[in-house]
Amino acid sequence: MSEKTTQKVTLAKALNMGLRKAMEDDAKVLLMGEDVGKLGGVFRITDGLQKDFGEDRVIDSPLAESGIVGTAVGMALRGYKPVVEIQFDGFVYPAYDQIVCQVAKMCFRSQGKTPLPIVIRIPFGGGIGAVEHHSESPEAQFAHTPGLKVVACSNPIDGYWMIQQAIAAPDPVVFLEPKRQYHADKAELDDTATPAPLFTSRVVKQGTDVTVLAYGPTVKTALKAAEAAGNEGRSLEVIDLRTLSPLDMGPVLESVRKTGRVVVSHEAHVNLGMGAELAARITEECFYSLEAPVLRVGGFDTPYPPARIEEEWLPDLDRVLDAVDRTLDF
Amino acid sequence: MTQPGFGPDLAEVFGPAHEATSDSAGLSLVQLLTPEGERVEHPDFSFGDDLSDAELAETVRGFFRDMTLTRRIDVEATALQRHGELGIWAQLLGQEAAQVGAGRALKPQDYVFPTYREHGVAWCKGVDPLKLLGLFRGVDQGGWDPRENNFGLYTIVIGAQTLHATGYAMGMQRDGVVGTGDPDRDAAVIAHFGDGASSQGDVNESFIFAASYNAPVVFFCQNNQWAISEPIERQSRIPLYQRALGFGFPGVRVDGNDVLASYAVTKAALQRAREGQGPTLVEAYTYRMGAHTTTDDPTRYRLSDDVERWKLKDPIARVEAYLKRNGMADQEFFDAVSAEAEDLGHHLREGCKALPDPQPLSVFDHVYAEMTDELVTQRDGFAAYLESFEGAH
Ligand SMILES: Cc1ncc(C[n+]2csc(CCOP(=O)(O)OP(=O)(O)O)c2C)c(N)n1
Ligand SMILES: [Mg+2]
Repeated sequence: MSEKTTQKVTLAKALNMGLRKAMEDDAKVLLMGEDVGKLGGVFRITDGLQKDFGEDRVIDSPLAESGIVGTAVGMALRGYKPVVEIQFDGFVYPAYDQIVCQVAKMCFRSQGKTPLPIVIRIPFGGGIGAVEHHSESPEAQFAHTPGLKVVACSNPIDGYWMIQQAIAAPDPVVFLEPKRQYHADKAELDDTATPAPLFTSRVVKQGTDVTVLAYGPTVKTALKAAEAAGNEGRSLEVIDLRTLSPLDMGPVLESVRKTGRVVVSHEAHVNLGMGAELAARITEECFYSLEAPVLRVGGFDTPYPPARIEEEWLPDLDRVLDAVDRTLDF
Repeated sequence: MTQPGFGPDLAEVFGPAHEATSDSAGLSLVQLLTPEGERVEHPDFSFGDDLSDAELAETVRGFFRDMTLTRRIDVEATALQRHGELGIWAQLLGQEAAQVGAGRALKPQDYVFPTYREHGVAWCKGVDPLKLLGLFRGVDQGGWDPRENNFGLYTIVIGAQTLHATGYAMGMQRDGVVGTGDPDRDAAVIAHFGDGASSQGDVNESFIFAASYNAPVVFFCQNNQWAISEPIERQSRIPLYQRALGFGFPGVRVDGNDVLASYAVTKAALQRAREGQGPTLVEAYTYRMGAHTTTDDPTRYRLSDDVERWKLKDPIARVEAYLKRNGMADQEFFDAVSAEAEDLGHHLREGCKALPDPQPLSVFDHVYAEMTDELVTQRDGFAAYLESFEGAH
């Protein structure tokens, strides 16, 4: 039995460790992106990896996102497992064509002969006081695309395991990292533990009155809301969805059958966001368990606002609690 | 090394020991004022030939003033960021000559498409520098009216604006304001971008469109040697200005720390465009003396030796030396510029702190030119929600 060693790590550190482990385990794993080499990425997620694995495996790319993803396709066809970093959510769009038309469809077009094990890492979400294009939540645009799998980690432990699982997965995975959490909280990481499978959701707090569905940055908000609600005698069950495509509806439906009330919370615009799909599925699959309509709390249907009003714009604790009140009052 | 038929060896193009930050600008660099402040001749470009001695002195003093005030904007904004008044700032330190040279070559009818670092060009176009701070403070996403000074909004998505510039120039062609021979009517566009941006698809597509339609646009690339942590070699294995040839229009490399040369070359390129002779690529060879932005730490990826070497080529010091050596400016002038810089600093400090935070409900304004009912409903709901708190306190 290997000796159990644990250490307290941030999400940034955990992702860095996860990437390192994946590179040690599989020589075909490559990292590519803008400033991922010497600088270690603008968030330092790849810190030290170029030094240890060399420039052939940690590749500073020219400044061109379509180029990054497009060449990753070619490398994957050649048998490599590219993990590309998009510097910020708002800069993924130059690569959108490659992701949606090429990455997503290669397995289907080749009748399964050339699946693409590519991971597209995207720091996403707001709350860091940044200028425009640095705080976006584009997950629905990818979850809407058949052929892509989309996951979002919310904490260091998941970050460590999920990045390795995404790299090992045979399909392309859009891997969303809540950037405001990168350096926020530390968690005890035990790297001998057995992680849950990648495409599964998880109940992170048990409750009986209302189910709150969250992922990425809103998981922390939901947990805080659950605490605040608990002080007022209301019991919230919080589910960290973790996987957005495919959705893992099992734990969600089980919870809804118990509570009969659901609030979905994400930073992305509410219109046609993940909440819309979840509401539809819940309605289809457990209509008679519902005591109230599924409520969505998210970004308003506007461009992401200037930093000085992002706290008002984002779905914070109060807005989640407001929705909880509304669903209970229904 | 190179097989016949494949053109020159890259080592020949760059010289044997090409380094990102050495004096690798090459022989074809257009320079009219040396780092020591000496005037030099160039066969194709000149400055001041058409000016009297008094006019020439006045113009150079103007450049000195513009560069000094531009640097002051930069220094002041950097300090405001350090004091938490701005979220971030993109410094232009070291790039004052490229920007003022280009900015002063523009006529009022010319239109500018900037990146996020063109504070010096904004200054030349008459944009109140206080308005530049809003984006970086997080109170707006560009507080100026692009139509007022023909100065477009800052563009953060790398390279996107080069296509807008090209399209704008195509519009000018259709408006009949190109090649009429009327100096007050003929117009052109300038598209700013960086060495890193030269890799983007959008930039390369803009070259294609501009060439294809012979659009009146000057592509002004400030090659400051770095795209955050990545040196120019990662983006190009040929001097950037030479790329233009492959697209079918001329390219020129100018000493971007020489305001006279930057002005002369940009002026000539703009004039070509206004006359209907099509696009030009100007590569202003310069150096990013500061960090990429205030959140960047360049010690992780570059040597301070390089920065020290480039300090000797400071764009303002050489103009000061030139003015002083030739008796083109007296102490009174320098004192007046210093005083003006102090006033500008004060204006920015006080003005920045007084910039009001936007109202939360304002986020619904201007999403569309025609507001939708859906959004009105959302806004009203949010307003009611916010009011419910006011009652509670
Ligand atoms: C499409 C896109 N990708 C990535 C970024 C992040 N980013 C901001 S500035 C920058 C480097 C730009 O370098 P360069 O074009 O040389 O301009 P400079 O900053 O040196 O003026 C990068 C990668 C971005 N803003 N847009
Ligand atoms: Mg640059």
